[in-house]
Amino acid sequence: MVTAGKRNWLPISKPTRPTGKERQQTMIESLFFYVLSGVLVLSALMVISAQNPVHAVLFLILAFFNAAGLFVLLGAEFLAMILVIVYVGAVAVLFLFVVMMLDINFAELRRGMGRYLPLSGLVGTVMLVEFFWIFSKWTSDTAAVAPHMRHAPLEVSNTHALGQVLYTHYAYIFQLSGLILLVAMIGAITLTLRHRPNVRRQEVSRQVDRHPKDVLRVEKINSGEGVS
Amino acid sequence: MTMIGPTHFLFLSAILFTLGVFGIFLNRRNVIVILMSIELILLSVTINMVAFSSLHGDLTGQVFSMFILTVAAAEAAIGLAILVAFFRNKSTIAIEDISTLKG
Repeated sequence: MVTAGKRNWLPISKPTRPTGKERQQTMIESLFFYVLSGVLVLSALMVISAQNPVHAVLFLILAFFNAAGLFVLLGAEFLAMILVIVYVGAVAVLFLFVVMMLDINFAELRRGMGRYLPLSGLVGTVMLVEFFWIFSKWTSDTAAVAPHMRHAPLEVSNTHALGQVLYTHYAYIFQLSGLILLVAMIGAITLTLRHRPNVRRQEVSRQVDRHPKDVLRVEKINSGEGVS
Repeated sequence: MTMIGPTHFLFLSAILFTLGVFGIFLNRRNVIVILMSIELILLSVTINMVAFSSLHGDLTGQVFSMFILTVAAAEAAIGLAILVAFFRNKSTIAIEDISTLKG
């Protein structure tokens, strides 16, 4: 079993007897892990079981914050900040907007919820047991994966190293993800944009195209007669 | 107290993944909660990748976690747009009523 001695981008050192300070650091790290992951699991549980969907979205935000804390614990600071900005700032707020915008009777939607509880409990339990079984038997062959690795240089920050790897080795995939976002943006606009038939709206091109010759007519009106 | 290793993070992501799948089953009628459950599943996968990235000192996992975040954001935007468009036409978001393509 691989222990945590290799984390935080440091090379593997020989296991030595931990000093008092190291033991204290380990304890603080464990404390952080258990608090963050406990709140994360509890808030995930509340997301799927909350009565009010607004509460569910707020618990989703809490879950994302705790996941960001775990990423900081793992040494992935940039990803933690991205998680807070993108997920909490954009995705969760988008969910919140939609939940508040749509006038839905959520109590009616929850009707018949318990009908699938036995089946879903069975599926969930089997999945969890299988996951735990795999992960408790798992070992890592560091020598086998070592040739394919892109190691982070120790002297630069996480963001700097991530940028170096991203723009050097994964530039095309990065461009592709930008394309995905563009497609998503166009798709979302196209899906939600609608033209109501009986609404008068300004059409700039028609206004510019209008010429006085086509729309104005000078009439000679004799006195004592009206316009025919 | 033992040191926190990658196995701890793997167990955590397994629990999160199972909760996400469980949420999809549990809230079968509510599309919004199903989308949130999918977000939870993607978060668990991201935790898994970052844990392995940290274990090996290899940044590829973090790069691909960023791509996962991008795709998740795009998916949420499209899903919610479809939801809003559907709600305008049908005034409901219950899954059972989304069956007009069945013929």
